[in-house]
Amino acid sequence: MKRIEVLKTYKLYIGGKFPRTESGRYYTPEGRGGKVLGNICQGSRKDFRNAVVAARSVAGGWGKRDPYNRSQILYRIAEMLEGRAAQFEDELKQHGSTAAAARKELQVAVDQCIYYAGWCDKYQQTFSSVNPVASAHFNFSVYQPMGVVAVFAPEKSALAGLLGTILPIIAGGNACVVLASESKPLCAITLAEVLATSDLPGGVINILTGNRDELLDNVSTHMDVNAIVASDLTDAHKAAIKANATHNLKRVIIRKEDPAKSESPYPILATQEIKTTWHPIESSIAAGSGY
Amino acid sequence: MAKKKSSPDWEYASAPETTAVNIAKRYDHFINGKWITPSNKKYFATTSPSTGRKLSEVAEGSKKDVDTAVKAARAAYNGVWGKMSGRERGKYIYRIARLIQERAREFAIIETMDGGKPIRESRDIDIPLAANHFFYNAGWADKLEYAFPNMPAKSLGVAGQVIPWNFPFLMAAWKIAPALATGNTVVLKPAETTPLTALKLAEVIADAGLPDGVVNIVTGAGETGAAIVNHPDVDKVAFTGSTGVGKLIQESVAGADKKVTLELGGKAANIILEDAPIDQAVEGVVNGIYFNQGHVCCAGSRLFVQENIYDEVMWKLKQRMDTLVIGDPLDKNTDVGAINSKEQLRTIKRYIKEGVKGGADIYQPECDLPTKGNWCPPTVFTNVAQSSIIAKEEIFGPVLAVQTFRTVSEVIEKANNTPYGLSAGVWCDKGSRLFQVTGALDAGVVWGNTFNKFDPTSPFGGFKESGYGREGGLHGLGAYLDLPL
Repeated sequence: MKRIEVLKTYKLYIGGKFPRTESGRYYTPEGRGGKVLGNICQGSRKDFRNAVVAARSVAGGWGKRDPYNRSQILYRIAEMLEGRAAQFEDELKQHGSTAAAARKELQVAVDQCIYYAGWCDKYQQTFSSVNPVASAHFNFSVYQPMGVVAVFAPEKSALAGLLGTILPIIAGGNACVVLASESKPLCAITLAEVLATSDLPGGVINILTGNRDELLDNVSTHMDVNAIVASDLTDAHKAAIKANATHNLKRVIIRKEDPAKSESPYPILATQEIKTTWHPIESSIAAGSGY
Repeated sequence: MAKKKSSPDWEYASAPETTAVNIAKRYDHFINGKWITPSNKKYFATTSPSTGRKLSEVAEGSKKDVDTAVKAARAAYNGVWGKMSGRERGKYIYRIARLIQERAREFAIIETMDGGKPIRESRDIDIPLAANHFFYNAGWADKLEYAFPNMPAKSLGVAGQVIPWNFPFLMAAWKIAPALATGNTVVLKPAETTPLTALKLAEVIADAGLPDGVVNIVTGAGETGAAIVNHPDVDKVAFTGSTGVGKLIQESVAGADKKVTLELGGKAANIILEDAPIDQAVEGVVNGIYFNQGHVCCAGSRLFVQENIYDEVMWKLKQRMDTLVIGDPLDKNTDVGAINSKEQLRTIKRYIKEGVKGGADIYQPECDLPTKGNWCPPTVFTNVAQSSIIAKEEIFGPVLAVQTFRTVSEVIEKANNTPYGLSAGVWCDKGSRLFQVTGALDAGVVWGNTFNKFDPTSPFGGFKESGYGREGGLHGLGAYLDLPL
């Protein structure tokens, strides 16, 4: 007799926990050959707010962790991801990828984790500066994470695009709330299971599924979000996000290049503030002049 | 000059700056290398805030004038500036720097006449720093590929720049120098109350032989600025001014694909910890809030003093305030000049009234203010609640709000509890604690044991609602480059 397969209940990932949406709503995206993928949570405004609270509560601590530690955690994500390769490949195929394309995307995704793990303790050293001011001061500029970043993940690239978007954000010490690809949500949901077992503190990455049109205004007007990173936006979405962002002057970063394909430290810098610190240098000729 | 009634009871002899300067009776727009009369034939007066006397009149920029300027900038970008090698561009910018240095005193005097700031500041800070901005950026023009490794250093096109009245010449330099070094052309609008030094800069630009249309200067008020930022052929918008106007600008260009940088308001915390060198800290507090009459976006307008040194700090601060010389900005002894405009004076007075009404204690040194012009004595409020309007809103005047604290974590919390995040100051003798606090403050510029220091090599700009993007230094070049992401 054929064994009955156990199906998975797809959930959100908020503050390290796996709730269904508080709204009780779901949607049923179709995969390859029009097959319904499942009852995917249609995340609500309230889910988003809860996720921002979770992100804010851990953003400070995550940003202050040693870069070495963040680096190891990103490396751990790669380890967990590799171990689940077959599952991700299967989901990518359900989303319509060929076996070869699915294999390739998984490999790119794992390699991106390694790539950005390496940047955690290098971008500061590479892009900070000691500024040669024309006075007796020690003056230096360093990067500091923006805080909580909301993400509209790429719609078409379910895994590599998603990781290429969020890894630079967390590598730089931010926490984020991600709205996954609406049509291809499976990898995002499984990624949450990877993250939950990879030493990443709960709340650093929160993953919602749902409808972009519905949540766009709620996300971009939220007053405790510092920045928005987005891909695959329509012109109307772009304009709406930028106009909404004026309420608290969120930084709006629209990825022009495909995050699945563009490995670079610049997406890390895009969600960093630059802080410049001055301090006088005492001159031995004029004692006390240091202040 | 204002008489000092308080101790020390001696007075300074007046020492006015008397070098003759040349201000024309009327200025047109500077467009495409020529002086162009405004299309609506309208002009408006610019007056000296310290005397109320009319200094000159300048063109009122219409939409049509702005369009003419943008077209000139586009033509110059396509025709010459966008194609020129970085080396050659740099040489033009070096020329501008040198010509500013040669005419520095003249510009300092006009800056002080038109804006009301003490000649000591315009002579020693505004103008030399402006020249340095051009000199610094000039050298970048042929080295841009080293600024952002593995990135193409591609210019954006036409930059529309709108600048404020608090550092008119310096802001023009901050905006124009990096734009030119990165290969963009410029349409700049100075503030309506302080247009003169930007127009003098136009003379320098013409003298430097810059190709026509590379820098265009259009004068006018808010509507002229709106016409620039909303012009469909402007690729880059750079604005320095209030947070309110900055938000309007971002909203109005939301639907357009323009790169925007905003340098907006602030409400900086200046924090004195118990082990701070108090005399130096008091000097820094005075410089932090009374520099340029407090018309400074990064002014240290909130003072936080640790409770156990509060009495000593306040006694010394008031004593120091009593010695400030308030009066004729052209006098070399003057510490605090005139308030920039009648409108701004009204705003400041309204806040002072609110502060008194809110129950805070006010202190102003006794001084005879000149009878003509716009004046406000240095003002300090004590017993200020964190929730009071004078501790929350940017006043943009010589008004300091003092609060106390007990622990370091408390003051970090209070200092960051504001939508602004432009600058901050910390006074402390212990390095490890100093860096704990500077690291924890959400601000783009943090001064440790100093305040209000600026340099072209040092990036400037805010966190949160103080705007985004940096100006100055290597990082400031990014604001004028098309960096793919």
